[in-house]
Amino acid sequence: MIRLGLSALLSHWRRNPWQFATLIAGLALATALWSGVQAINAEARASYDSAADVLSGGGLQQIRRADGAPLQVSEYVELRRMGWQVSPVLEGRLAFDDQTIRLTGIEPLTLPQAAAGDTLVQPADPDDGLFAEGDVVFVHPDDGPLFDGRAVTVRPDASRPPGTAVTDIATAERLLETRDEITRLIVAPTQPLGLPALPPRYVMTAPGTQNDVARLTESFHLNLTAFGLLSFAVGIFIVYGAVGLAFEQRRGVFRTLRALGLPLRTLMGLLAVELGVFALIAGGIGVTLGYLIAAALLPDVAATLRGLYGADITGQLQLRPAWWLSGLGMALAGTAIAATAALIKLARLPLLSFNHPRAMSMHAAGAARWMAAVALGLFALGAVIAWGGQGLFAGFALLACLLIGAAFCLPLLLSSALLLAGRLHRSVLAEWFWADSRQQLPGLSMALMALLLAMAANIGVSTMVSSFRLTFTGYLDQRLASELYLTAQTFEEAQELTAFAQSEGATVLPIIWQDLRIGGLPAEIYGIRDHVTYRENWPLLAAVPDIWDRVARGEGALINEQLARRNDLAPGDMLETGDRVLGVYGDYGNSAGQVVISDALFAQRYPEVQALRFGLRTEDAARLSERLEARFDLTEDALINQSELKAFSLAVFERTFSVTAALNVLTLSVAGLALLIGLLTLASLRLPQLAPVWALGLTRRHLATLELARALCLAVVTGVLAVPLGLALAWVLLAVVNVEAFGWRLPMFLFPLDYLKLGALTLLAAFLAALWPAFRLARTPPDQLLRVFSNER
Amino acid sequence: MNVRSFLLCAFMALALPTVVAAQSFAGLGSDAEGFATPERGYVFQFPKDHGAHPAYRIEWWYLTANLQDAEGTAYGLQWTLFRSAMAPEERAGWDSPQLWLGHAAVTTPTAHFVAERRARGGIGQAGVIADPFEAWIDEWHMTGADMQQMRLVAAGDDFAYDMQLSAKGPLIFHGEDGYSQKSGSGRASYYYSQPFFEITGILTLPEGPVEVTGQAWLDREWASQPLGASQVSWDWFSMAFEGGTRLMGFTLRDSAGPDYTAATWIEPDGRTTAFPDGAFFAEPLGQSDVAGRDIPTRWRAVLPEKGVDVTVEAINPQAWMATSIPYWEGPVVISGSHRGRGYLEMTGY
Repeated sequence: MIRLGLSALLSHWRRNPWQFATLIAGLALATALWSGVQAINAEARASYDSAADVLSGGGLQQIRRADGAPLQVSEYVELRRMGWQVSPVLEGRLAFDDQTIRLTGIEPLTLPQAAAGDTLVQPADPDDGLFAEGDVVFVHPDDGPLFDGRAVTVRPDASRPPGTAVTDIATAERLLETRDEITRLIVAPTQPLGLPALPPRYVMTAPGTQNDVARLTESFHLNLTAFGLLSFAVGIFIVYGAVGLAFEQRRGVFRTLRALGLPLRTLMGLLAVELGVFALIAGGIGVTLGYLIAAALLPDVAATLRGLYGADITGQLQLRPAWWLSGLGMALAGTAIAATAALIKLARLPLLSFNHPRAMSMHAAGAARWMAAVALGLFALGAVIAWGGQGLFAGFALLACLLIGAAFCLPLLLSSALLLAGRLHRSVLAEWFWADSRQQLPGLSMALMALLLAMAANIGVSTMVSSFRLTFTGYLDQRLASELYLTAQTFEEAQELTAFAQSEGATVLPIIWQDLRIGGLPAEIYGIRDHVTYRENWPLLAAVPDIWDRVARGEGALINEQLARRNDLAPGDMLETGDRVLGVYGDYGNSAGQVVISDALFAQRYPEVQALRFGLRTEDAARLSERLEARFDLTEDALINQSELKAFSLAVFERTFSVTAALNVLTLSVAGLALLIGLLTLASLRLPQLAPVWALGLTRRHLATLELARALCLAVVTGVLAVPLGLALAWVLLAVVNVEAFGWRLPMFLFPLDYLKLGALTLLAAFLAALWPAFRLARTPPDQLLRVFSNER
Repeated sequence: MNVRSFLLCAFMALALPTVVAAQSFAGLGSDAEGFATPERGYVFQFPKDHGAHPAYRIEWWYLTANLQDAEGTAYGLQWTLFRSAMAPEERAGWDSPQLWLGHAAVTTPTAHFVAERRARGGIGQAGVIADPFEAWIDEWHMTGADMQQMRLVAAGDDFAYDMQLSAKGPLIFHGEDGYSQKSGSGRASYYYSQPFFEITGILTLPEGPVEVTGQAWLDREWASQPLGASQVSWDWFSMAFEGGTRLMGFTLRDSAGPDYTAATWIEPDGRTTAFPDGAFFAEPLGQSDVAGRDIPTRWRAVLPEKGVDVTVEAINPQAWMATSIPYWEGPVVISGSHRGRGYLEMTGY
């Protein structure tokens, strides 16, 4: 009986291969998008974990000499012989004709795993002489030729940032022509029992500022994950549609099987098994597709993250169980969600219920109202969450309420729009057109919901990524406004260097700060010189009039957004430091509070603090840095040219857009497919409605054109509705989820031109989806249409 | 026991990809081009030979100890310093071709603590000086005016020990007066031991400090190409029987031919008898699941000419050395024709 029941159930798919393809394709594409995005994220994260950047010590603590002088090898040995597990790093700049390379020498025997990148431990070609003759230097492929004639063996490594090189410390010593010097020591994460205290002539420093950027990166990942989830939701709508349709069409089979004595429980079990197997098949296909998507996009994502974060994503994809298992799990869960309604209906189906699939549309109006009511409930819930909820989970819950609610609203909104359109037209054909469109709506609503979500997701994500980019470049401008950054070891050196820079025509902006605590939490107070650099570049979120003049006059302070949010401060409030808050600036990626006052006020308040870091504004950064390096013996990180870094970061964002664009096209294709399936399914059912119109004199061609027009109309309305939804989505991502996750809010920028382009893409997708059903209609043999009348009961 | 160098080679090949201006670094089975090779009839010179021999490719100072506390609980302790050379010389600075590797472990009946250290020569982070004797890597060290009285120190992130060693007998020499053959084709090493150490000191474990006493065995060995290419793994036994006799025996397992065994019988006064290939043999009696592998932690070891037929059983079967190249090394209890304590090392499982 079970076997017979199963074969009866499966025969449906044999007779409807298109429907089967739909189900599998929808699920597979949903899984593909989800697992593709997951794969990219997992890969990037795994790369960070295993390969935090050597250049910055991989997030590990560092030891330097307290007096700023380089360490000696004997001091390294002394610390090791005390038990300190530290590893030496020698850094310096190698000058070539027209550029310099930042060379990092490491000691692989003692380098902690956490600081050793994958790329260091596993060269691309293991046979390529792990122990090749000569000194091996890892460089970006573009920089390889520079080393010709330096008596080294170059290993091109595309995962290295351009302008940097890594080699053994012995080779570094030879190339840099230093003797007995170590720049810093990386401290291993675990240390032996009974470790003596660090002698006072050394200082241990935190991993450095890279965490700021890491937080921005983390935010990027979070948003990508959200996008993956949205894509999946789009796919689930397709599956829901396909499962629901198959259920409707198989009512007769169910009834017969039940009447033949198949227990309800067995029948439901069979259906569950059937769908489970389909889910696994489709999930498998989806994971494979996802892998391909990820493999195609990863190089761009790798480049993006490399620019943001350093040289630590290899650009090679590995099959990680975490994401392919999650892909299969999502496929199963998605099918379960999509099928639950159908199974519940089946459980309640009276044994001899009348077999009337078309009755579905009769109840449509009721269903649409019911869904709209659910949507209102969801919106209300979302509002409650937005108002009272806290944490990341609340942010995502709000997102879910918003999206599902909006999707549920769609049928009612569309049908209202169509009703309105029908009222505006009084010609017979037009009235029939609008009425017929409304009648078709229930069959298409799932697909249209998918389209709505796809377009909204695309608008949301485009807005998010673009806002992210503007913010990040703004952040770079704010933080790295000067062309060059100069760090001196001593006050005397600082005076010498700045005097020289000024004589070369540069403007010197001291960077001077003092750590303090505000509201019990660590914060920093900065003194800044009044300069156009700050006036032009700093992103002020709130400000009193003439703010820069007032800050320069010492009338108050600027604070960063974190401090403002944490301590609930606004312009006009008083700070614990005794300064009045004059403005709040965005400070993306930083967790500590910041206060900014004028340098005069700062000098008065902290006379003991002397500036050792300086920003240099100059017309010709390359020339000035050359002059400085020629004149002074500058250490590795003493002089940083930010214009190169900025240009590189911007180039990287361009690549991010290609990723986003590719994902946009993919999601819209999925939604387009949903529409195609919906239309194809309706096509066979609708013949009885079209035949009379045809018989009244409308040509098949005309009918087909009307079908196309209808699809476009529905897509336009959906598209128009998707814009506010997408913007709301972007707002939640930027202003709620991000704030919950990272404590700062990404400002939202609007890009109407992008939305227009997306709208056009959506229309294109709808048009392509409607083309084939319309074509088929235009080619329907007249006898088929005639048969409608002979079959009429 | 020279097969331990195998560890080192494999480890270096894994862990040192970018490293060290490295000249071509061959495995142990390859030619010892440029390196010195052990010769029959070598006359050892002390204290000089306690120190390092940079002209040979590999060398070690390998100490194992069977300990017990006041309640009679058995412990094992290991302190090992390996030297591996990429060129037959020493140079000052980072350019040194001498690489050093330290392993330390403490085994209790229920736990096994392991730590590893790495260093390169030339800068003083690790090395061995013969007179006064000092072998060290980082803060770990084995030091004394000579090899008679020494202090032994090591620590990991979850254990530490500080021990005193006192030699109660002479050095003994394996094979032909310290020329120890490792295969039928004549590969060999220099190999001597001090198996008569008494050891006392304090183990610092997560539960707190434990005062212990016991016996320790130091192996000294150096060579340049001691292994045949197909000699892939080994089982090494050191046994201290009640009554004061001792036995060292090993099996080199050969993937392409018969296994190679050797043994040294050590009288309480230090007189030795060396046994050629085949005289000693060992067979597994029971396996344990260790770190996901089947490891024989119960053995039968036989040396018929001395009437030895004993069962060797691990005190803690989980004595897995989870180091760069993992292996099994731990204390054992001996029963059967002779009773006693000892150490077992197994690689290649």
